Amino acid sequence: MRTTVMVLFLSFLTAPLWGQNCNSILLGEVVDFHDNTPLEGATILLVGKEKTVFTGFNGKFRFENLCDGILELEVFHPECKSQFITVDIKGDTYKKISLEHHLEELDEVKVIGDITADKTNSALEKSLKLNTIEQYSSKTLGDALREIPGVSSLNTGANIVKPTIHGLNGSRVVILNDGVRMQDMEWGEEHAPNIDINGSGSISVVKGAAALEYGGDAIGGVILVESPNVTEKDTLYGKTILNGVSNGRGGSVSSELIKTYENGWFLNGQGSYKLLGDREAPDYVLSNTGVSEIGAKLGFGKRLFNTGWDVKYSYYNAELGILRASHIGNVDDLIRSINNNEPEIIEPFTYSIDSPRQEVTHHIGSFNFYKRFQGVGKWTLQYDFQNNRRFEYDVRIGDDRDKPAIDLELVTHTVTTDFKWDSNATYTIKVGAMGRYQDNFANPDTGVRRLIPDYEKYDLGSFVIADYRLNDKLLLDAGFRYDFNRIDAKKFYRTSRWEERGYNIEFQEFIIGNLGTQLLTNPVFNYHNFSSTVGFQYKENNFSTLRFNYALSQRAPNPSELFSDGLHHSAARIELGDLRINSETSHKISLSKSRDFDTWGFTVEPYANFISDFILLEPTDVEFTIRGAFPVWSYRQTNARLFGVDASAYVNINTYWKTDHSFSLVKGNDTEEDIPLINIPAANFRNKLTFSKPAWNNFELSLESDYVFRQNEFPENITVFSPEQQQEVLLEINTPPNAYHLISIYSKIEIPITKKNRLTAGLTVNNALNTNYREYLNRQRLFADDLGRNIILQLKFNY
Amino acid sequence: MQSLRKSSILFTAFVTLGFLSCSDDDNDPDPVNEEEVITTMTVTLVPQGGGNTVTLTSRDLDGDGPDAPVLTVSENFVANTTYTGSVVLLNETETPAELVNEEIEGEADEHQFFFVVGSGLNVTTTYGDDESDYVSAETGQNFTSTNPVGIDFTLETAAASTGTFTVTLRHEPKKPNDGTLADAGGETDIAQTFTVTIQ
Repeated sequence: MRTTVMVLFLSFLTAPLWGQNCNSILLGEVVDFHDNTPLEGATILLVGKEKTVFTGFNGKFRFENLCDGILELEVFHPECKSQFITVDIKGDTYKKISLEHHLEELDEVKVIGDITADKTNSALEKSLKLNTIEQYSSKTLGDALREIPGVSSLNTGANIVKPTIHGLNGSRVVILNDGVRMQDMEWGEEHAPNIDINGSGSISVVKGAAALEYGGDAIGGVILVESPNVTEKDTLYGKTILNGVSNGRGGSVSSELIKTYENGWFLNGQGSYKLLGDREAPDYVLSNTGVSEIGAKLGFGKRLFNTGWDVKYSYYNAELGILRASHIGNVDDLIRSINNNEPEIIEPFTYSIDSPRQEVTHHIGSFNFYKRFQGVGKWTLQYDFQNNRRFEYDVRIGDDRDKPAIDLELVTHTVTTDFKWDSNATYTIKVGAMGRYQDNFANPDTGVRRLIPDYEKYDLGSFVIADYRLNDKLLLDAGFRYDFNRIDAKKFYRTSRWEERGYNIEFQEFIIGNLGTQLLTNPVFNYHNFSSTVGFQYKENNFSTLRFNYALSQRAPNPSELFSDGLHHSAARIELGDLRINSETSHKISLSKSRDFDTWGFTVEPYANFISDFILLEPTDVEFTIRGAFPVWSYRQTNARLFGVDASAYVNINTYWKTDHSFSLVKGNDTEEDIPLINIPAANFRNKLTFSKPAWNNFELSLESDYVFRQNEFPENITVFSPEQQQEVLLEINTPPNAYHLISIYSKIEIPITKKNRLTAGLTVNNALNTNYREYLNRQRLFADDLGRNIILQLKFNY
Repeated sequence: MQSLRKSSILFTAFVTLGFLSCSDDDNDPDPVNEEEVITTMTVTLVPQGGGNTVTLTSRDLDGDGPDAPVLTVSENFVANTTYTGSVVLLNETETPAELVNEEIEGEADEHQFFFVVGSGLNVTTTYGDDESDYVSAETGQNFTSTNPVGIDFTLETAAASTGTFTVTLRHEPKKPNDGTLADAGGETDIAQTFTVTIQ
C-alpha cells in the first residue's frame, strides 16, 4: 500500500518537472491466470480516453502516443471477469495482465446450487438438485438420498435414517458436511448422521472410495453436503420454507439469508426447526416416535478469486423418540413381539417424547483459508472442531428413571491442507495431508456399564491424486493415500467376559487395574492403511460417457467393532466387539455408461466389491441372565463379495410429459461361510411420470411408484431356548418382510409475488394408498408396520 | 501476503484454542457401579403350620456377562401344604447389596410378578398383596389401585410330583390383566425357571 502511495505521490511530483512526454508506448500481454496462456480477443479500454484495443492471437496489445503518468485500464474478456488495472507509464512500458479465465469451471464462482463440480472423474457421481433437497425439507438427509439409485438406508424407525451406499453403511460411508467429516454416526445402527438437510445447497454421492482426498476408508462411498455458494456482488437474498406434515401432525420451518458484497465479503445465516408428534402406521399410532429438531448455521468470510477465508459454525440438536414397543426385556418378549402383528404398546397420539429416546447435540466450527498462486495452483488450509454429545434414554425404573443410559461426549479436532496444481491444461495434481485428534468420554454417572469406552484417537493421512487429459475424449485419474490410526482406550471389562473371550491369554498386558469382578484395561492399537484408485473417463461425444474405476480401500475398525460389550435393550441383544479385529480391505471395480439420445437417455452402472476381513455384526449365540435368554450378536470378520447394478433411464415424451425410471440390485455374500450377508437392501424399482408446464406458473405434477422386492437372500435364523415355553424355538430375526409397492404424488406451482419474490407451493402425498408394509432395513420391522399415508404441504418464499 | 499472515495468525489462534479446550485428562475412568441390575432373586416359602422353609435362589453376579445365573433349590416341597411366599431382589454388585424390592414397591403399579407352573407339577399360587399395600415413590402416598403385585404370595401344594416353577417379573405390564404373561405384555425384568419336587 505504502509503495503505491509513494509511486502515486512521486509521479504527481515528477510529472510537471519532466514536462509532458506524450510519445510513450504501452506494450501489454493478457494471459490466463492459471497457466499463463495468452488470451486472444480481450478488450482493453483506456479509461477516460475512450481508446480501445484488442489482443491478438498471442495475447499482446499495444497503445501508442501515451503521456507519462498513471493510467487506468479496463480489461475485458468474454470468459473472464473484467478487471481494472492501473499502469504507471514512464516512457515505453510493458505490462503483463493476468485474467481469471474459464469462470465456469471454478467452483468458487458457482452460483446455482444444482450445478456442482464433479469431485472425481472416473467414478460416477450423482447429486441431488436444490429443489429435491427443498422437497425433503421436513425429512432427513437419509430420506432424500434414497432418490439416488444405489442409495438405500438402514433405519431405526422414521427418525434415525442411516444412508447405505451399494449395500454398505456406517463407518464405510463418509459424510462431509461443508468439508468437515462428520464424526459419531459410524457407531452402531441407531446413530444417524447429525445433519439438518435444510441449509445445504447441494448433496452429492460419490460411490466407491474414489474420492481419496476425503478419506481412504470410504468403502461404501462419500456423501458431500455443501452450503450454497456465494457470488461476488452486492446482493441480499434468502428463502423460507414452511412444511405442514400430516403424519406426525406437525411441520417444519426453515429460513436462510445471505448477504454478499462485491468485494468478496459474505455473511449468511440459516435456521430451521422441526416438530412432529407420534407417527402413524395405516392401522395404529406408532407410540413415541415423535421428533423435535433444531438446526442452525452461521458463516462469514471473504471469498475472492485469489484468496479467501471463511469461518463457519453449525449447530444441530435433535430429540428423537424410539418406538416404545421396540424396547423389550428378553428373548421371550422378542418372540412375542415378532409373533404379534401389532406393536405391544399403542397409546393415543401425543407430541411428547418419552423413553426410549435419543438426544443429540452436534456443534461444528471451521476455519478455511485458500490462496491461489498465479500459474501454479491453489493452496487450501482448514481447521475444524466438532463436539458431539449424545444421550440415550432407556426405559428405567426408580431413581434412574430420568437418567440417560448412555452419555457420550465426542470431541474432534481436524487440520487439513492441500495444494492443487491446476495451471496445466492437460493434468492436475493435488496433494494433501490431514491430522486429527479425537477424544471420547463416556460419563459413568449413567449407572449403566459403558457400551463405548473412553478413548483417544489419532489419525494422520496424506494423499496424492492426479488426473491427466490424454486427449479430448480420454481422461485418466489415479490417486494414492496412506492413513495411520491410533486408538488408545480405557475400558472396564467384567473378569468373566475377559476370560470368556480368551483375552486373558492374548491381551493380559492391557490390564492396568483389577477391581475384583472388573478389570480396567488400556488397549492401544495402531493401524496402517493404504488406499488407491485408478480409472478413466471416456467421453465419446457430449452424449455418451464411459467410466471405469478401480478403488482399493482399507478401513480400520471403529470403537464399537472393537469394544462393544453389553446389553442393547431396544434390540434385546447382547453386542460383543472383538479386540482382535483388524482393518478390512476392499477392492471395488465399477463401470458406468451414460448415453443420451434425442428423447431419452440412460445410465447403467455395474460394480463388484471384494472385501477381505469384512467386519459384520450378526446373531451368533444365546446367553442366559437373570432376565432370561438373550441372543448374542458378535462382530466377526470374514471375506465378502458384493455384486450390484444401478440403472436409470428417462424418456421425454413431449414438452410436457417425462418419465424417469431406476432400478437397483445388490447381492452380498460371505464367501468364507458361503452364506448371504445380513442387511443387504432388497432390489427396488422406481418409476415416475411427470407433467410440467412452465407456462402455468411452472406447474408440475408427478406420480411415483416405488416397488421394493422381498429380500430372498438372508442369513439363517437362530434357535434359542425359551424359558417361557421351556423349549428351543426358532427366532425369526433375519426373515425379511414381504415385497411392497408405494405410490407417491407430488405437485407444485410457482406464484410470482413481486418482480423478485416468488412463492412456491408444493403438495406431496407419500404412501398415497396407505399401504401396510415393513422394510427389511428398518430395525423396527420386527415390532410394527412402517409409516402410513403422509401429506406434506410446502410453501417456499424466495426473496 | 499480508492477508496470508493475518490468516495464519487467526488460524494458529483457532488451533491453540481448540487444543486447549480439550483438557487432556489422562485420568483413568471411574468404574460404573450398575444401579439397576438385579443379580439375585430369593423366593422364600415358609410352610404354614411349621416345617422346613424352601428357598429358591437365582444368582447372576456378572449381570449380562457371559456367566449364566446359578439356580439353587434348598429342598423339596411337602405335599398338601400351604406356603407363605415372598420375593427378595438384590443387586449384589454394590456393597452393601442394594435391596431392589424398594424400587419395585415404589412403582408397584408398573410391576407384577407372575408364577407359572409347568404341567405335571401340582401347585397353585395366589397373590398375597396388591398395589395399595405399597407407598408410591412418586406421590409418597399409598397406591389406591388394587391390582396384584406378587412380592407376597401363597403357594399350595397338592399330590407329590415334579415340574417347573417359573417366576417372572414384568415391567409396565397391562394392568389389570388376566394373570397370563401373554395378556400382560410389558418387558421382562426377571424370568427364572426352577425345577422343583413335591414329596
